Amino acid sequence: MRWGVVRFPGSLDDGDALYALRDVMGQDAAMLWHKDEALGGAQCVVLPGGFSYGDYLRCGAIARFSPIMKSVARFAADGGLVLGICNGFQILCEAHLLPGALMRNRSLSFICDFVNVRVENAQTPFTRAARAGEILHLPIKHGEGCYVAPVAELAQMEERGQVVLRYVDAAGVESEAANPNGSMRSIAGVANDRFNVFGLMPHPEHAVEKLLGGEDGLKIFQSIVEGAR
Amino acid sequence: MSRSPMALPGEPVIDAAQARAHGLTDDEFAAIERILGRAPTFTELGVFSVMWSEHCSYKSSRKHLRMLPMKGRNVVGGPGENAGAIEVGDGWVAVFKIESHNHPSYVEPYQGAATGVGGILRDIFTMGARPIASMDSLKFGSLEHPRTRYLVGGVVGGIGGYGNCVGVPTVAGEVMFDAGYDGNILVNAFALGLARREDLQSARARGAGNPVLYVGSATGRDGIHGASLLASAEFDAESESKRPTVQVGDPFTEKLLIEACLEAIKTGAIVAIQDMGAAGLTSSSSEMAGRGGLGIELDLDRVPLREANLTPYEILLSESQERMLIVAERGREAELAAVFEKWDLHAEVIGRITDDGRWRALWKGQVVADVPVGAISDDAPVYDRPARAPAPANEAVSTNGLSAAPSPAEAFRAIISSPNVASKRMVFRQYDSIVQGNTVVGPGSDAAVLRIKDSRRGLALKVDSNPRACTLDPYIGAIATVCEAARNVACAGARPAGITNCLNYGNPERPEIMWQLIRGIEGLRDAAIAFETPVISGNVSLYNETAGRAIPPTPTIAVVGTFDNVAVHLKQYFKSPGDAVLIVRTAPPSLAASEYAALFGAADQRLAPIDLRRERKLLDGLVECADRRLIRSAHDVSEGGLAVALAESCFNPGGLLGVEIDLGDSGHVAEVLFGEGSSTVVISASVENIEVLHQIFAPLEVVVSGRVTQAPRLKIGAAIDEDVAALRGLYEGALPGRLERS
Repeated sequence: MRWGVVRFPGSLDDGDALYALRDVMGQDAAMLWHKDEALGGAQCVVLPGGFSYGDYLRCGAIARFSPIMKSVARFAADGGLVLGICNGFQILCEAHLLPGALMRNRSLSFICDFVNVRVENAQTPFTRAARAGEILHLPIKHGEGCYVAPVAELAQMEERGQVVLRYVDAAGVESEAANPNGSMRSIAGVANDRFNVFGLMPHPEHAVEKLLGGEDGLKIFQSIVEGAR
Repeated sequence: MSRSPMALPGEPVIDAAQARAHGLTDDEFAAIERILGRAPTFTELGVFSVMWSEHCSYKSSRKHLRMLPMKGRNVVGGPGENAGAIEVGDGWVAVFKIESHNHPSYVEPYQGAATGVGGILRDIFTMGARPIASMDSLKFGSLEHPRTRYLVGGVVGGIGGYGNCVGVPTVAGEVMFDAGYDGNILVNAFALGLARREDLQSARARGAGNPVLYVGSATGRDGIHGASLLASAEFDAESESKRPTVQVGDPFTEKLLIEACLEAIKTGAIVAIQDMGAAGLTSSSSEMAGRGGLGIELDLDRVPLREANLTPYEILLSESQERMLIVAERGREAELAAVFEKWDLHAEVIGRITDDGRWRALWKGQVVADVPVGAISDDAPVYDRPARAPAPANEAVSTNGLSAAPSPAEAFRAIISSPNVASKRMVFRQYDSIVQGNTVVGPGSDAAVLRIKDSRRGLALKVDSNPRACTLDPYIGAIATVCEAARNVACAGARPAGITNCLNYGNPERPEIMWQLIRGIEGLRDAAIAFETPVISGNVSLYNETAGRAIPPTPTIAVVGTFDNVAVHLKQYFKSPGDAVLIVRTAPPSLAASEYAALFGAADQRLAPIDLRRERKLLDGLVECADRRLIRSAHDVSEGGLAVALAESCFNPGGLLGVEIDLGDSGHVAEVLFGEGSSTVVISASVENIEVLHQIFAPLEVVVSGRVTQAPRLKIGAAIDEDVAALRGLYEGALPGRLERS
């Protein structure tokens, strides 16, 4: 299938996402430039990790106004698949393509580590290759990944299955200790109510090779590929 | 043609007193007048003062640095460029360098450390290499010192804040706390880049008439005299007031610069490129022209400024960050400008290369500086400062606490919880160590391991220092430091291939300090020759001293090793219960310069000479073991000694393991368990390989001393029997406990 990875100024994991898709998975993937509006026929658009525009105002707050985000919003409104990783997740929240917001980590410092996340909803286009309850071992690296949303909205999201990934310990149990950034309800990834837009703080593109931290991230990308077939 | 530059209205009178205020000696001032045949202008005085500063000119160390082996079969490009390079195979070269940012980081820790990272990255991508990894060697004062926690927070925050945002992973490093650094911390930043050999760039100007382009951030007043007055002088009560000489970093602009410069280099329109680092526009312009034996003329009215009324003096001396100077092929300016525009950066033509050998600056239609290029870029004074070994101290033997020596178990728990030995996870967890997708082994292991995409090859890298050993003997200590860094790389399975160094010492005008520096360079030289690892780049930081008290002599050594096949890499962790545990060492253990000695004292604090042939044997043996896949883990015995190394080998993230060790009837239990004074490696291997391991390492001592166990207990003879999970709790909890306590 055809993928587009958006490169904003300050994107850092754009090349890694492209490498995972193209070199590891053999997908047809291309870089998209933030100043363009064309999506190049992509069937799934990836907003990668990094510090778009330096994240100087608020993470993702400036990127949402870039020319390509107009097209991404239209694409999402038409039902196109959009995957936001880390900074991409922050951008999607700022653009109101996903509910909620991402705040400073509880520790107030940047965290780079491997975490376990549990697949809460395996029916989405982004998780269908996983089993419900499956534990994925993925890296995180962010300073602002504490997910928050109004309590009432959270309840609705839970009911609809929009909470897709949750931080857990190695045994699959939620706990304060296993929640690296203080996210409400240990939320690591959420989808919109149409399930065509998905954002997550962990980096699946950094877990696609045995040599480098495992292959659990492939589950996310494979899910999308399976859906396109 | 040379119009004599005129004094500008309002400038101070230029005399010896003014020169002294600029950090120049009377002799140096007289030399400047001789070179020019007249008194310098105020602007010229400023230019000479930074270019002849210790930081920029290496005037105290230059004579001695010549003894270092800089050439080797694998070395690409000559010295004198921004950073050295070594071949790694398949047409790839690795460019790497380490540099100090000590003085600024003490005065303003966040920005000091951040701009240290930014500066060293620019030294790498200016060579045409994409930076793919960073490391940092940090030395702080005692945790009891009131400023230490502030400095740790600022420095670690600055390294993370900059490195994480610029997209270069921080893959390894070291952190030490010692009262010797209470008044002068050390922040040494390393960066490594990868380039195709044919893409390597030069910083040598060519072609009179070629335009000079300024790219990146606009010039402001920050960092003026950072190199001369801050980095080339001791600290005193006034040092805090020098805070404005510290630059302010912008990692977002740096990221854009990396991408834009690498793209611009691909056009082939760049003749030479250099970072505007220490001494900013002055050093970059004069050094590029000087290397090419040419002249350069700068039109300061065209330099992009952050505020309108900067003087020529300020423009030339500013150390504003994220700026590069480029000599372009004439006629291709627009092509380059388009690349920088794409990345929202501006490229401004601010001058041209000339053939008259002069470094000339114009401002508002008049010449404000006109000096021979060589006088500032190359012909700074070189001093042969007197060096003298200090008188031997009377109480070289510390008997502190000897009468009440702790039990092995007590000593072990104290050492593994010591901030210098315990896990530094709380520090490196704040750094992105995986971006760019090459990190096979990240922080917390002996050496970091990186793969090289689209090939089987890889790199291992580690930075080390051993100020305690260097305090006891600056020559043996420097050798021990190189051995340790190389051993860490070899423990990962890579063959040590090249060295970069940062030599941190006190005031070179004191003969004892000069002696430490020379002995350190001699040690580095001897080890580098023995290991055939050329010293391809480096940096010297002197005047690390406050109120007459110098830091411990601290040569920081980074070693980079190469893998033909990165898949053979090793980690420190035991893997399989039942495996034999072997201890390989080059000399009998000793407590000299150990954590044990620091905590409890030691009767004998003399360093034994190091036999470099045996050290080489150990390195070669480790690489062979990895290549032939004969061993399952290898771990260097360093801070804390053998007992700590065994514990660390049990902390397998995939599941804790245990070990049972029988050390026989050793009469010197503390030496064996806690000694750091000889090169020792713990390896684990399948029992059937023991025979061949003996052959590989002969004539070194190989002691088959125990086995890996499924049960997570660490047992060493009758001396130690501990639960591995509890040990890991001590090891991981110690530093957070000390730093977060309020």
